[in-house]
Amino acid sequence: MATVTFDNATRLYPGTDKPAVDKLNIQIADGEFLVLVGPSGCGKSTSLRMLAGLEDVNSGRILIGDRDVTDVPPKDRDIAMVFQNYALYPHMTVADNMGFALKIAGVSKEERAQRVREAAKLLDLEQYLDRKPKALSGGQRQRVAMGRAIVRNPQVFLMDEPLSNLDAKLRVQTRTQIASLTRRLGVTTVYVTHDQVEAMTMGDRVAVLKDGLLQQVDTPRNLYDKPQNVFVAGFIGSPAMNLLELPEVDNGVQFGGTVYPVARDVLAEASGNTVTLGVRPEDLESAPQGEGLAVEVDVVEELGADAYIYGHTNLNGQSHDIVARTDGRRPPMKGDTVWVRPQQGHVHLFDTKSGARLG
Amino acid sequence: MNGAKWQDEPTDYEMLGKLPRKEPLPEPPPQNVMGSLSITAAAADPELLDLPWHIALEQWPEEYLAALPRGISRHIVRFAKLGGSVIAVKETGEHIARHEYHMLRRLQRLDVPCVEPVAVIRDRQTPDGKPLDPVLVTRHLKFSLPYRALFSQMLRKDTLTRLIDAQALLLVRLHLIGFYWGDVSLSNTLFRRDAGAFAAYLVDAETGELYPDLSTGQREYDLEIARVNIAGELMDLLDGGLIDAEVDPVATSERIMDSYRNLWAELTEKESFELGERWRVSARIRRLNELGFDVEEYAIKTTPDGSTIQLQPKVVDAGHHQRRLLRLTGLDAQENQARRLLNDMDSFRADNFPDQDEEIAAHAWVSQVFEPIVRAIPRELSGKLEPAEVVHQVLEHRWYMSEKLDRHVPLAETLQSYIDTVLRHRRDEAAIMLNPDTQTLKLIEADAAREDDDFDDELANDDEAADDDQLAGPEATPRAR
Repeated sequence: MATVTFDNATRLYPGTDKPAVDKLNIQIADGEFLVLVGPSGCGKSTSLRMLAGLEDVNSGRILIGDRDVTDVPPKDRDIAMVFQNYALYPHMTVADNMGFALKIAGVSKEERAQRVREAAKLLDLEQYLDRKPKALSGGQRQRVAMGRAIVRNPQVFLMDEPLSNLDAKLRVQTRTQIASLTRRLGVTTVYVTHDQVEAMTMGDRVAVLKDGLLQQVDTPRNLYDKPQNVFVAGFIGSPAMNLLELPEVDNGVQFGGTVYPVARDVLAEASGNTVTLGVRPEDLESAPQGEGLAVEVDVVEELGADAYIYGHTNLNGQSHDIVARTDGRRPPMKGDTVWVRPQQGHVHLFDTKSGARLG
Repeated sequence: MNGAKWQDEPTDYEMLGKLPRKEPLPEPPPQNVMGSLSITAAAADPELLDLPWHIALEQWPEEYLAALPRGISRHIVRFAKLGGSVIAVKETGEHIARHEYHMLRRLQRLDVPCVEPVAVIRDRQTPDGKPLDPVLVTRHLKFSLPYRALFSQMLRKDTLTRLIDAQALLLVRLHLIGFYWGDVSLSNTLFRRDAGAFAAYLVDAETGELYPDLSTGQREYDLEIARVNIAGELMDLLDGGLIDAEVDPVATSERIMDSYRNLWAELTEKESFELGERWRVSARIRRLNELGFDVEEYAIKTTPDGSTIQLQPKVVDAGHHQRRLLRLTGLDAQENQARRLLNDMDSFRADNFPDQDEEIAAHAWVSQVFEPIVRAIPRELSGKLEPAEVVHQVLEHRWYMSEKLDRHVPLAETLQSYIDTVLRHRRDEAAIMLNPDTQTLKLIEADAAREDDDFDDELANDDEAADDDQLAGPEATPRAR
């Protein structure tokens, strides 16, 4: 078990002038499950590969525990890449499939057997140890593959989109299994995904990256409730937060026909005459006609108890998409116009120029 | 096309490493313009449209299948007949299928030995509307064999060593062009005979990523994966009784480390020597040529005092002998076959045309040696081996005959002896795709049957075996039928 530290870790690919990962600083606690998330090209996989030793670190350091591993070869870092390869060997028993890498590493027969038994217990595979993989179901086979990583007793598990080749149902089940298993084992885990739902449901903390820069590392709750900038605000949450550039007025922000009150000292932090106001779909409430924004309904997505309205509004002569949650029993119809305004205390304000959170 | 949609995708994305996720894919064009999608598939393989894409691969009717030895795979893989050739069809996730398709295309462009991607077919569904997994279609590599099929034949003592050396060479070639494989194994490689050695081809690029250069960490990790996988694969063959019990899987797997590192060092390392030892420049280049590489670019530096020279190959290109053979004769062969044929051609020239241009001697060699041998092979035996391999073996055979009989053996006599005593008794390797080699298949079938029995016994003992069968994903192990 160990902590993991990215200390100003930077990766610059030869022939490029913009780092793929730029001065990354993250401290991962012993036993923590940290998720790296972001869109394609954000640097999340590169960061993981730097930790694995597959990418050179051009400046800064990477530590596992107190040990600086920046220049240590991958196999000597005491890490396990999970699901890298889960082909199972047909003639070997489940126990041998789980323990063969230990044999290669010269671990004694007794110790191998013991570690395999322990892992099998955790994975609910004890009764299958003497069988051949063919006798296992798909889910069990995947657990055998996981067992291969567990028996090595690594300090850190690294997982790079391990669920990307599973169908939706198996994906959700395996997601839960991985999260609970790593917590039971107490092994520090770094997990990469492009899927923010996966990130939010699995991580103790989630690090959001964009263009090689860490945007925010925080608990899923804080990322959702207190995004530090416009990017995180828009990236985390589904459907995404509504983000609108609105003019400042005395004591607040002009939200269509309404003034949304904002403390003067918060407004004073803004660099221009407008601010970017973010409001989640569930934080928009219906307003009397003429108040807030008029939203023309394009699509209604009914989910039973709730419904989502996908519509558009006109602000300063420009059309903006708006998503709002509404009561599922009385949803509006396509083509209707509804009036919405933010609930008090449920908006996020950002500097329009820098994107940073205000207040 | 039974509702399935397919498309040829551009491969010009410039991103490093992985295929970026772009969702959703653009809608494929309507059926009436299917013909325009022919860039990789439709024009060359209109029969692709006739395959039963509305049926899950596992249930494909036998009439579509070509019986071929199959490797172990975590996906459902089937070999199907397509016109006169055979395709490998793999059911997998859409992102993975597209990623692998793009990777294989890029590797092909970079002239690395790999299987040819044919198409990605998505939006498959059953007649009652149940969605089916997308498939990646690749063309089966003619005259190639998975390592398991090689082991189920009579195994020469050094076959294993040669397989591993071929794998190491492939890995070096991939690393030189910046390809990180991520899942190096004998299972993910196909082998072709190459004048007593083997030529390895990459067959699974699912986990592969391309970079301008690889870090030492990436190369070393690939090598570590190779070592562990090869050891695992050999342990598995041992447990299955398919290799000699004396083979040590761990020691054998170590060989890839040495073989790879020696080759990598020879191809890339800086060498320093005294100014007076300038012959070492051409010696290094000759050594690289011998290994089958051409040096396209090298850096030579002298120290400030001018006493020492530093030499480092910068760009090396595999296929030295292949290119020379192709240039002189128009013949396409594997590297070692080419080396062997060129040796024969060179001695042919020394004996017959010592004062003539190389090109003239080469032309005469093709018409007096190569073509007569190929023409002499009876039609019914022509599917046993590739022509270049046959010529190599005939030349080899002549050498052994001369040794034994202690006299010069004419070509006609050699040919008759070779056909009667060697070729006729070989299994049919090209015809594996059209006329399955029964011996190999029997072995595999017997093996599958044995496992089926085990499975049945176990099931009888414990009905819980498939208690979470609902989790069964697309990665079920395929079996020969």
